[in-house]
Parts: sequence; C-alpha cells; structure tokens
Amino acid sequence: MLKSHRLPEFNVYIDTDTCTVCKACVIQCTFDVFSYEKVGNMIEIEESKCVDCHRCMIFCPEKSISIIPNPVQYRANASWNKEIIHNIMKQAESGGILLTAMGCDKPNFNYFDKLLLNASQVTNPSIDPIREPMELRTYLGSKSDMFTIAENDKDPIIETSESPHLLLETPIMFSAMSLGSVNINVQESLAIAAVSNGIYQNIGEGGLHPKLKQYANHIIVQVASGRYGVHKEYLDAGAAVEIKIGQGAKPGIGGHLPGEKITEEISETRRIPAGTDAISPAPQHDIYSIEDLSQLVHAIKETTEYSKPVIVKIAAVHNSAAIASGIVRSGADIIAIDGMRGSTGAAPLVMRDNVGIPIEMAIASVDTRLNKEGVRNKISIIAGGGIRSSSDVFKIIALGADACYISTAALIAMGCTVCQKCHTGKCPWGLTTMNPAISIRINPKMASKRVSNLIRGWTLEIKDMLGGMGINSIESLRGNRHQLRGIGLSDHEMEILGVRPAGS
Amino acid sequence: MEPKNNRSKFMIDAKNLTTRKLNEKVRKAVRDGNKQIAIHNVMGQRYIAAGIQGLIEIDITGIPGNDLGVFMDGPKVVVHGNGQDVIGNTMNAGEIIIHGDVGDITGMSARGGKIYIQGNAGYRTGVHLKEYHGLRPIIVIGGTAQDFLGEYMAGGLILMLGLNLSDGIHNADYVGTGMHGGTIILRGDVRGMGREVEVHQLDQEDNRLVEQAVLEYSKHFGCRADEVLGSKFKKLIPISTRPYGNLYSY
Amino acid sequence: MKDLAQQLEHSPLRSAERRNNPYRDDKVIDACSIFGMMDQNRRLFTGNDIIEASANMNERVNGLGSGYAIYGLYPKNRKNYALHIMYDDKEALKWGSKYIGSNFEVIYDEEIPMDNLDKSKQLPIMWRYFTNIDVDHLNRMEKEDYMVKKCLEINTSGRGAYVFSSGKNMGVFKGVGWPREIAKIFRLEDYKGYLWLSHSRFPTNSPAWWGGAHPFAYLDSTVVHNGEISSYGANRRFLEMLGYRCTFQTDTEIFALALDYLLRKQHMPIEIVAKIFAPQRWNDIEKMPTNEKNLLRRLRITYGNLLMNGPFSIIFANHGLMVGLADRIKLRPLTAARKKDLFFLSSEEAAIRKICPEIDEVTHPQGGRPVVARCNEGIAS
Repeated sequence: MLKSHRLPEFNVYIDTDTCTVCKACVIQCTFDVFSYEKVGNMIEIEESKCVDCHRCMIFCPEKSISIIPNPVQYRANASWNKEIIHNIMKQAESGGILLTAMGCDKPNFNYFDKLLLNASQVTNPSIDPIREPMELRTYLGSKSDMFTIAENDKDPIIETSESPHLLLETPIMFSAMSLGSVNINVQESLAIAAVSNGIYQNIGEGGLHPKLKQYANHIIVQVASGRYGVHKEYLDAGAAVEIKIGQGAKPGIGGHLPGEKITEEISETRRIPAGTDAISPAPQHDIYSIEDLSQLVHAIKETTEYSKPVIVKIAAVHNSAAIASGIVRSGADIIAIDGMRGSTGAAPLVMRDNVGIPIEMAIASVDTRLNKEGVRNKISIIAGGGIRSSSDVFKIIALGADACYISTAALIAMGCTVCQKCHTGKCPWGLTTMNPAISIRINPKMASKRVSNLIRGWTLEIKDMLGGMGINSIESLRGNRHQLRGIGLSDHEMEILGVRPAGS
Repeated sequence: MEPKNNRSKFMIDAKNLTTRKLNEKVRKAVRDGNKQIAIHNVMGQRYIAAGIQGLIEIDITGIPGNDLGVFMDGPKVVVHGNGQDVIGNTMNAGEIIIHGDVGDITGMSARGGKIYIQGNAGYRTGVHLKEYHGLRPIIVIGGTAQDFLGEYMAGGLILMLGLNLSDGIHNADYVGTGMHGGTIILRGDVRGMGREVEVHQLDQEDNRLVEQAVLEYSKHFGCRADEVLGSKFKKLIPISTRPYGNLYSY
Repeated sequence: MKDLAQQLEHSPLRSAERRNNPYRDDKVIDACSIFGMMDQNRRLFTGNDIIEASANMNERVNGLGSGYAIYGLYPKNRKNYALHIMYDDKEALKWGSKYIGSNFEVIYDEEIPMDNLDKSKQLPIMWRYFTNIDVDHLNRMEKEDYMVKKCLEINTSGRGAYVFSSGKNMGVFKGVGWPREIAKIFRLEDYKGYLWLSHSRFPTNSPAWWGGAHPFAYLDSTVVHNGEISSYGANRRFLEMLGYRCTFQTDTEIFALALDYLLRKQHMPIEIVAKIFAPQRWNDIEKMPTNEKNLLRRLRITYGNLLMNGPFSIIFANHGLMVGLADRIKLRPLTAARKKDLFFLSSEEAAIRKICPEIDEVTHPQGGRPVVARCNEGIAS
C-alpha cells in the first residue's frame, strides 16, 4: 500500500471538558475513527477515517463531538478542485475504478427547482383538501384502446378483457433495493410502510427473504441480469414483476456484490454459495434487442399466467423516448424510468456522475413521444431517480408520470445522512450493511413508522397542492403541464419539458 | 408428424395454435392431473413448460420456440427435433432432452436441472450457470459449441463431448470468460479460453460425474459410451471465486 | 408546443387557435349561462322562448358571446351534412368554397342571411353548404371521421375559415353579442327546431371573437358548457394522443371532442360517458355491488384522463337526445324541468320559469349524475 497524499476530509473534535469517556462514540462509529486509550483514560481520534455520517454526534450523550469539513484547501483553481485532486490521488494509490454510492451529487442536473406550480384564483375555485374529497388513488398497468360495453343500461356487461393493475393509495413507491444492497431490517421496514400506506416496495433482484413473505401483496419482485433468487415461486409471490434493464446511477453497466457481502442469509435468498462474488452482467443475456425484451416479458407472463403486471425499468438516457416506445410494443404494462440522480448501493463514480439524463427531461420526452404515437394510454409510467419531496412527486406527475419511485428519501427517513459510503458495507446507521451487529440498529417497527410518517406528510402536501389548483383527483394532474411554468430555463429546455416560461 | 406410442399421453395438437393458446392448454392439462403430455406439430411456439412444477413429462414433436422451459421447476421435456434460443432459461429443476441441435444461450442462469443436447449448441451456452446447496445444473453437449461457453459461470457443470469433431478441436473461443464457479469438462481442445480459468486434470469425483453423464447421454441418444469414456478429458475451473476483487478504489 | 408555434408563424391571426386565443394563454377562460329546450315529440318550435330565457340570465354574462344550436333545422336537406362556416373575408370565402367543393359533393350552398345591427362594425361572412361525402368505399364511421378531419383541417388552415357546425338537419349560429343581439343578427325568428341549445358567455380575454362563442359542435353533437376545468391539460393531451386537434383551446371544445370519441367512436351509452366525465369517488365505488364496482373501477382506470376535473355543467345534444351533467362535487349550477312533452335544462330555474311559469316537475340533478331526455320514438321530425 502506497502512502496516501490526501489530507483528512473532516476534522473531528471532542470537547474534553464535557466528554465523560463513556465510549459511545467508539461503539457507534463503524469506520473506527474513535478508540479508547487506557493510558490517560481518553478517546483517540483517527480523523482520516471519518465520513461525516453524524452517528457519533447524535449518540454522544454529552454532545461533545463536532465534525467540520477540513478547512485546508488546495490553491484555488476552478478546474483542479479538491475533489478532482483527491480522486486522482486515490487512483494513483490503488490503480482501481473509483467507487461511490448514492445519487449524483453534482449541482447542475436539477430541473424540479426551476418549475413552478399553478393555483386557482377567481375563475375556478380552489378546493379545501382537508374537508373535501381528494383522491390520490392510482392504478398502474396497461389500458385498452377500445372499451366495449354490451348495450344494457340496467346491468352493463364489460366485454373488454381486463389487464392486471397495481393499486396505489398514493402515487409513491419504494424503488428497488435488493437484499445485499440493504439488509433485511431495512427491507422489512419498507414492507411494513408499504402495507400501511397502500403502496408497494420493490425488493430488487436478490431473492425474497422468508420474513418478507407476509408482505408479498405489497412487494414488487425484480428480474435483473444476474437472475439471483429468480424462480417460479418468487415470480408468483410478488404483486408485480419488474425487469431491470438499467439503473439511473449506472446505466449500461452491471452490478457486482463482492463475496464478503454474500453471507449465509444472502446466499440463501440469492441461491448462490456464500463467499462467492455475485456478478450481475451488464446486459441480460437473453435480451440483445427489443424483440428479445418482448420475449422475456411474455416468458414472465406465461409463467405467472398473465396474473400480474410486468414492469420494464430503464435508465434515463438520451434516446429514452424511442426505447420507451419500443417497450410499449414489447407487451410490458408499466415502464419505470430511473433518472441520472438516482441512487445506488455502489457504482463507479465516473458512471454515476456522467451517464444518463435527468428524470424530468426523460419523463417529459417519453410522455410526449408516447402521446404523439397514440400509445401513451397503453402503458403506465413510473418515474424514479432524484425525487426528494412532495413537490418533486407533484411536478413529475404533471410532466407525465403516473407514479414515482423513491429510495434515498426513505433511507433518510430511517437515519441515512447521505454520506455516500454504502459500498463499504459499514453503514453506521445500519442500513446498507450486512453486518448483523450493525444492522440491528434498524428496528423495523420504529423505522417503518418514520417512513410511514414521511409518506403521510407528502401525501397531505400533494393534496394541498392539488386543492390549490382546484383539482380533486390525481389523474387530472397527470401530463397536465399547463399547471407548470419554467423559470431560469432556456427556450430549448422548456420546449423539451413542454412548459412555458413563468409569467406567460 | 404423429408421435408413436401415444396411448397413455394427453395429446395436444399445436397446429395453428398461438403461443398463448398452446401454453394455456398445457397448463390446463397439468392442472387436470395429466402426468404425460405430448405436443405435436409444434412450430415455433414459445415458453413451453414455462414455470411448470412437478414431475410432468412433456414430449414435443416439431420445433419449439425460444425460452423452452423458462423458470421450469421439475418437468422432463423431450424434444424430437432441434431447439431454438434460450432453452432452460433460469430453470430450477427438471430435464430438457433435445434430439438435435440448439441455438444460443442455452441454460442461461439455470440453478438446477439437466439439459442434454444430442448435437451442437450455439453461442454463450451455460452463461451464468449457478449452483446452490443440493442443486447443481448440468449441461451435456454431444457435439460442439460456439464462443463464450460458460461465460460468467458461477456453478454447475458443462460437459462437452465433441462426438462429431474430426480434429478434436472445438471451434469455440472465450470459453469460461468471467467464470468464478462451477466446472467445464471438455473432450478435445478449444480455440481459446477466458483469462479467468485454468486447465486441470480430472479427479476421481470428476470422473464419476463424467461417467454418469455419458451413460445418461447414451441412454437418451445412443452412443458408444465405453469408447467415449476411454478418451482423454480435461477440466476448466476458475482461478478465483473473486475474479474482480481488486478492481475498485474506495 | 413546437408544432403550434410553427403553425402560428405560417398563419398569423388566421387560424382558430390564434384568433380565439390571441395572447396564447394555456386556454381560453370564460363564465357562462347555458340553456336547453326539447320537444320530446319532435314538434318544431321557434326560438322566441329560448332567446327570452337566455336573455333572462344576462347577469351571468357580459355580452361578449352568445350562440344557439338548433335540431330539426333543415328537414328538406336532412340527408346532407350541413356545414356552417364563418369566413374572415371574401378571400377566405373563395378558398373555403373551393376547398369544400373539392372535398365534398355540394348539393346546395348559400350565404346565411344576417342583419347588421351596428353599421360601425363589419360582420364576418357566414355561409352554409349542404353536402354529401362522395367517397364510395367509406362506411358510416369512416365518413364521419372524414368529416371531423376536414373540419379540423379547415380550422387550422390559417386561411380565415372556421367551421361552426357539420351535422345533418342541425346547425349552429353564434357570435359576439348579447343573446338577443345574436338572435336578431341571424334572424333566428325565421328558423324552427324541436331542440334548441343556447349559450351566453363572459370571456376573460378581450376582444372576444365570433368563433370563440359556444356551442361547439362536431357532426350531430353539440355542447354548451359553463365552468372551467383544471384538468384541461391532461384531457387535451389524451385527446391529442387519439389524433384530435384542440383548435379553439376552450374547455367546451374538450367536451365536444371527448363526446365524439366516447359516444361515436367507442359506442358508449351517455350514462357511461357521464361516469367517465364525473366518476364517483373511489371510496364510494368500493361500496358498490361487484358488477357496478368493476365497471366504474375499470372505466376510471381506462379513462382517468377524461375525468373533467373542476367546476362544470354542460348540456349536450344530439338528434333526439338532450343531456345535462354537472361535475361530481357540483360546483356549477344545473336545473332540469318538464312541462308535458317539453324538457328544459338551464343554469337557473328562473330562466325556465320566465318562459314556462307552470312547470310540471323541477329537479336539481346530483353532481356526476346525468339527466337524460330522449325523444319519443316513431314520431317523425
């Protein structure tokens, strides 16, 4: 190992006047920043290991710990900034691919904050959402072109066959986080929250843990390129099956769960031997083109006897609109699009920060394209990747999505501070670690309460925004871009988003 | 084409049936308690036996379409004719016996069961084959296969006999590329291998497996088992179960 | 967005979009009064009563638009599609007549007689054509599609021509003015029909434009509408996906097009259409018997984008049929009444009482529940 040329990113201080040397910090920090020194009865600090996760600060009973970004800067240089220099140093020391986690943290890919919402004044009334009915129920699945009803007013008979749908009481779902990327306590917390909110949790690929079976009606199972834990019972168990083609944080590349994370528990659900690498190939090897996608969609439908919707998830990329159009024709019921700000448990930094397009652009262009082709009604659209608030949910639906996927927000609700160290497997908040000694920090009963609270809060806010517009049902917001205006956007950006400038 | 002995079998004529219709009939026959099903006049219908569980025998005459036996869990499927692409995709258990050649990607991601191919296989046969506890998939190829045999292989066994080779060299490159588990056993040489594998001699356990598999092959298709077993085999296994351990910088 | 922009560039001020919506608002906003009157035995009557009734609701409007639809209008030519077209000028008329001539078989055409009440202003040219679609291989549905397509083409041509109505044995007369003024301008005292709709408006954009007045009509269907729908963007997007063009950019047009799609193309009974425009709440749907629950659930899933969200009341008419419908939380008024064979729908009861003091029955329809009146069968029009 070469000597590191990097200075610590954070400075860690303990106020010795208040510190009682209770060692809570030693126990709480999973990155071994703190150690107890018997000689002198004191806490030693190794600040180069600190990731700024705040676990120690929150759990220090005397609030004696403070962490501040290392004020030492390199000579000011707009091009060669601290992050760039550190990345080069890291690679010079290891020769590897820079690995990171969570979503893209760069500032310049956000359009939500440049979209403004409308409200009713005079010409139609706003609605009081707390006292008048306000409906967020959403059905996801494909819709038929013709709807034939036998001519009988008394008891109408529908002749059009029905395709399966997912019923959501609020248009928010938990996006795919596999067992392995997060632990079972996290998955169970989300499952409980999904059940109590009438929504769904996507468990990613990696099998269905026995503990989750009781929540299966609110679980979406995933088929990805590794086919880990994918079998007949697994496909039958879920409320829907998602084929994962790509992920917003790392479009076009596969995944890799290192052998040390394949514990006995993971081995059992993934059905591979413990300790071996779990490699998810870049492509699905039975899908090399659009007609092959159709083949996998139908293989799953045949296997599940057409009883549940099939979702196809793609990363938001430059030609998403054309791809989406193909997905509609593949027979899929729902398309999920994951924007470039979407999170990941581990991804090469270079992919996370450079590949793909923002979800706002992708949804706008896909919705427009499918409308132009006259097929938008055949499929439902789920938007994911970078949804941070109820207003983001609201805006993405106005841009054309039917519902959205969130995951980072749900993790934050459970304790995550977005320190971007998921890939190390040491998550101090007990979320993205397989280490049972740390993962017990998540108590599904308590954590699910926090997540449920978040969903409830967002749901209330969405109703408020709808009421303000004089709309009392979420379907009247879908694709209703007239309710949006852009600010600080170029003409071209607004054209793609299909919105007009504020004030026009 | 009518299959011969059809007295005890539930017969399905696939002529002019759509894929969906045919599979509905097959599933219904299974639900009705039929243990032996014969489908004739199959002409490209896909997903036959998809996700079917239990000890069912399905006899197919004609050419079944892609994804034959996808997610299958137990049945024995016999094809009197060639097969197409992605046979036994992600299958759990059961047997698929092909009296002929097959297309690409046979046995993708299977974690159990047996696939016997009388003749040749296409590209990426056995890609990402896995194994788990008692489940260990096996693919036996009577003839030869094309490139990327056993790519990403994480478990299981691929046995390639090369019965139709004149020079003993399989025209296959990148064999076992990305392999990090399982075993490939070859009769004859290949044109090239992935850098993640190394060649070994067969041990006693390997020899036992090969003998068992060749006898079974002979039972299905008929061949001089003793002659085949008398020839030289070699096995390819991964150098490491962690081939990409030092790829990343944290 | 771009299509629209390009089109406007090529046809400044002469396409329906630009004329009706000069400031390019998302859509045109207006308030209104609506009125409908039908003789269920198809006896013909003059417009005197309905003009009186509309005028009685002048408080609701500002005189910037009124209009009438009349059914049973052209019994002599009842087999022909009667096109009512407004032209900006003589050049437009020349173009329009040539266009009609080359796309239809014209049986007879003439200028619609008009009296100019205010000589300081110039009236647009109004023309009517009685036509056949002489394309042999088309079936009825295809002929109707052809007609709708040609109307949309004319409205978006940028030539200064605008189709007001295109059905058989019916017609629409409308313009900028108070109800009595418009009736006078078009000499409505000369016409008779068994079903009349009227509309009077309060547009928030000014100057108002003749083409922006209601009713809106496609083929035999006519709609008058009061209110504003906040779901406009979502509804419009869905209709455009189906190939419709929203040329006038009003809520009313959305109703007209949605009705064309559901009634004519999807063959749905009007009762079902009402359930699409103003569906019941999910909570109520859940409590229903299985059959009905399934129907309503599936209608809402399939046609959620045609839920008309926000305050509205509409009167919809077709031959032998008049329907009133208000939004599901009843934010706009609607009154229905009956006097023997006469059936009325109105924004205000007083308007009905004004012309028919002794009403047999008055009802105030529930939000989302259509009031349907049909002509008795077997009585010739």
